[in-house]
Amino acid sequence: MTPITPALECRNLWKVYGDNAEERLKQYAPTNAKQAAECSTALSAEGGIIASGHINLQIQPGEFFVLMGLSGSGKSTLMRCMSRLTEPSAGELLLDGADFLSAKPKALRQIRRQKMGMVFQHFGLFPHMTVQDNVAYPLRVQGINPAERQRKAQEMIELVGLEGRENAYPHQLSGGQKQRVGIARSLAVDPELWFLDEPFSALDPLIRWQMQSELLRLQTLFHKTIIFVTHDFMEAVRLADRIAIMKDGQVVQVGTPQDIVLNPATDYVAEFVKEAPRTRIIKVDQLMQAAPAATTTTFNGQALSQDMTLEDALSWSAERAGELPVRDQNGQLIGVITPERLAMALGNTPGKATSNSDRQSAQPPAGVNS
Amino acid sequence: MAKPPTPPTARGTRRSLPPQALPWLGLLALALALPFFMSVLPWLKAWPVDWLLPLADWINAAMDALAPALKPTTRILSATLEWPMLALRDVLQWLPWPVLVLAVLLLAFHASGPKLAVICLLALLYIALSGYWRQAMNTLALVGIAVPLSLLLGLLIGIAAQRTKIGARLVPPALDVMQTMPTFAYLIPLLVLFGFGPVVGLIASAIYACPPMVRNVHLGLSRIPGEIKEAATFAGSSAWQKLFWVELPAAMTQIKVGINQTIMAALSMVIIASVIGGFDDIGWEVLSTMRKARFGESLLAGFVIVLLAVVIDRISAAYASKDSTQRTPLLAGRIGYCGGGLLLLCAAFKLSGFDPSITDPAWAKAVATWLDTRLEGIVVAYGNALTAIKNTLFYYYLLPLRIGFSQAILPFTWGFDFTQLMRWSYAIACGVLALGLSWRSGWRKGLLLAALAYLLYFGLTGMPWLVFGTAIILLAWQAGNLATAVFTGLALTFILVTGMWERAMLSIYLCGAAVILSFLLGSALGVWAATRERASAVIRPIADTFQTIPLFVFLIPVLMFFQIGEFTALLAIIAYAFVPAVRYTENGLRQVSPELLEVATEQGATPWQIFWQIKVPLALPTIMVGLNQTVMYAFAMLVIAALVGTTGLGQQVYLSLSAADTGAGLIAGLSMALLAMVTDRIMQTWARKRFAGMASTAH
Repeated sequence: MTPITPALECRNLWKVYGDNAEERLKQYAPTNAKQAAECSTALSAEGGIIASGHINLQIQPGEFFVLMGLSGSGKSTLMRCMSRLTEPSAGELLLDGADFLSAKPKALRQIRRQKMGMVFQHFGLFPHMTVQDNVAYPLRVQGINPAERQRKAQEMIELVGLEGRENAYPHQLSGGQKQRVGIARSLAVDPELWFLDEPFSALDPLIRWQMQSELLRLQTLFHKTIIFVTHDFMEAVRLADRIAIMKDGQVVQVGTPQDIVLNPATDYVAEFVKEAPRTRIIKVDQLMQAAPAATTTTFNGQALSQDMTLEDALSWSAERAGELPVRDQNGQLIGVITPERLAMALGNTPGKATSNSDRQSAQPPAGVNS
Repeated sequence: MAKPPTPPTARGTRRSLPPQALPWLGLLALALALPFFMSVLPWLKAWPVDWLLPLADWINAAMDALAPALKPTTRILSATLEWPMLALRDVLQWLPWPVLVLAVLLLAFHASGPKLAVICLLALLYIALSGYWRQAMNTLALVGIAVPLSLLLGLLIGIAAQRTKIGARLVPPALDVMQTMPTFAYLIPLLVLFGFGPVVGLIASAIYACPPMVRNVHLGLSRIPGEIKEAATFAGSSAWQKLFWVELPAAMTQIKVGINQTIMAALSMVIIASVIGGFDDIGWEVLSTMRKARFGESLLAGFVIVLLAVVIDRISAAYASKDSTQRTPLLAGRIGYCGGGLLLLCAAFKLSGFDPSITDPAWAKAVATWLDTRLEGIVVAYGNALTAIKNTLFYYYLLPLRIGFSQAILPFTWGFDFTQLMRWSYAIACGVLALGLSWRSGWRKGLLLAALAYLLYFGLTGMPWLVFGTAIILLAWQAGNLATAVFTGLALTFILVTGMWERAMLSIYLCGAAVILSFLLGSALGVWAATRERASAVIRPIADTFQTIPLFVFLIPVLMFFQIGEFTALLAIIAYAFVPAVRYTENGLRQVSPELLEVATEQGATPWQIFWQIKVPLALPTIMVGLNQTVMYAFAMLVIAALVGTTGLGQQVYLSLSAADTGAGLIAGLSMALLAMVTDRIMQTWARKRFAGMASTAH
């Protein structure tokens, strides 16, 4: 397999705030993790704030990459550095293998017009424009003629399911609808890199769930390179191909949701994992054992698919077992139970972060994956 | 010389005094000692003339040197401004009046609805019928040119203030000075540069009116959520695209508020600038009839100003508060019936042979004469009562504040002599009271009483400058902070060394006297409006209208009943300055969260207790803003009141205006601005300290 150029790569990227913090950082010029840690300690002691420190990340084309962390962990700053809404203090940023930090304002503008889209936490909709004009705005700045941009905007509006609301103003929309406009606008120029900054945090849990599903649907259509910021571990787990967990401006762990759930790198990560619905994250292929060399069993034509979650696999297997008796202390039969019921109950217990209603819809219909 | 009250000393208090009290004690000792030395060292009482800084002369010399060099430029500028102004005037004069009425009606309709259209129709009909149509159009022409200029200026400065570092630094303090600078002071240097003529009023109005626009543009741009700007950046907008397509439109709601305020300020200033004369506008009409004591006519003309202000304000305010996202189609149908109605109206006027371009129509003259005779009748009939009111307030309120009991109590005024015995008794009584109060309720209250007693004994003008200045600086330091104290010290020094101290004291005295009464009246009305819906329904629109009326007009009614003089000025100031006290008191009291009131009621508090223990403390921050505004309004009106006879800085500015004395006028104007700014700073820093963290509980 030939190595693929990452869509976006951060090499030793830093963002620091405070008097002289940037100059002091340049003097330290840390190159490896050890130096970085020393430099961070020194800068903090001088009153500087390390919003992002020594970030090394590679984001592959078509990857759904989630930056996850609590508020103040530096995830939003890191995303803003990646998109150059904020200029990083030091380090390298490569866009499709080319130096992105050296792009002059005009070139940067051109890159943004053609390659990037962004969705904001509080939507960032222009209050004085209709839905249509909001969505068409990125095309308008490029000087595309009105007919063409209206056509494209209409297409996007239909894509996010807002047809009929073209002439509404943002204040007339619900939160979910607003974010649909935000999504439509960010997709209007068909960007390669799609930044989403806590896009669903301001929404109600149920709407959030729907929007996540919607986002997954869009991603199966477009295969964008997505950089998604969230403070919600469940959301990260549900959406991400890979997650980077951040704390105090540092990346603590990077990996697939399964990696992280099975092998949390630090106690901090373990705290999140504890809350996570393991049964819905861990997949069969992580748990399976090697098949015996000479397998003669046919399994009666039945098989679990490789990417089935633990929960689905349990209930799938349980369906195939019969009822079991339940007895009291005296050995008296008081009822029967199926393993399926047990598995279902298991599926409903974990996770405090999502609300009950959310979990109801979170429950995929049994056997969907098989 | 009598011994003033003794200070509350540490002897009388059981608790030890905090360190903040010590400088005050020193000051009190100084204050008590000084009067005994004043005869020996006269400079303690009045700053000697020899020590004055001839700043006024320097400014005048600089002006004289600069003026010839600037003349060509100013002449060109003057011509470029005069041409469109005259053109607009001619167009407005030439325009048949129904056309203008129709245009205004449609605007009103579009901005708000039929109710406003009817109000505007009635207002314009009055203007047409009163015979002041021509003058009103002339005023409109001035406003019509001054406003766009002012808006453009304000927009540019506002953007610069928000965008550039240097702008962010320079603009806010400059705005403070501009808004507290007396209106006439603007005119003086312009007069020197541009010569007498309406263009001066035009330029002065454009400059005077731009601060609200600057502030609102700045505010609007600063308040745009970061994400909206980032979204614009992310779409790849250029700087211009971002500013004109996203930021300015997104800030438009705020900017429209600025537009409304700028229009009203421009109107106000255009009216004030008419003192220069030469344009036959409505302000001039009021002023000249007032000078001739033809109050009937000045009332009729003054009413034209009020109506102009109301029409312009309501239409622009309606546009400002209108949801621009709700597009009303431009009235195809309404044009029909507005036009039809007007046609009918015109036909009726035609038949009756009415022509509004004729000035002084017979009926107006008749009404004016009738008003005059009625007024005269009232003045004659109630002359004694009016004089009694005036004298009572003057002798027992104004005079003690101005020259103190020591000089105000005479057989002629109070009916008896202030004997040596009485003076001593006063001093001792006040001293004892102050001591008792500081022992019972803390040194601050005792000190306040002592200060008040001292002030009332000597009066503001009789107080040694050293005592007054030090007291204010101490106050600025302890109520505010060191920066406020330094600013206060510099401002007072400026006033002292430029020889404006005495006039400044006179201004402070009149302003203070007016503020006290305005605030009492205003907050009482505010409390009433906050507790009674019906009172609010009456008071609110009146207060709103009072705020839109150009300052000038307030002079007419007070001048009708009381002749030129300080008392008349006092009334005029109160008439203008009580409004913010009403508004803020009502708003503050109404903002108190109902939940807290429920808690209090549930715990069995009486309405009286709820009012004093819950509502007032929570509303206090807002009420204090109202007090601050009242002070600022009083300062603004003080200058206008110079027209009806005051003796402070305002008068100096006005005199300098007629003498075209740039130096003296500017210094007096600047002194006044400094006084207003000092008051504002002290009150604001104090409120910030005092009410820090209260905002969250108040709502």
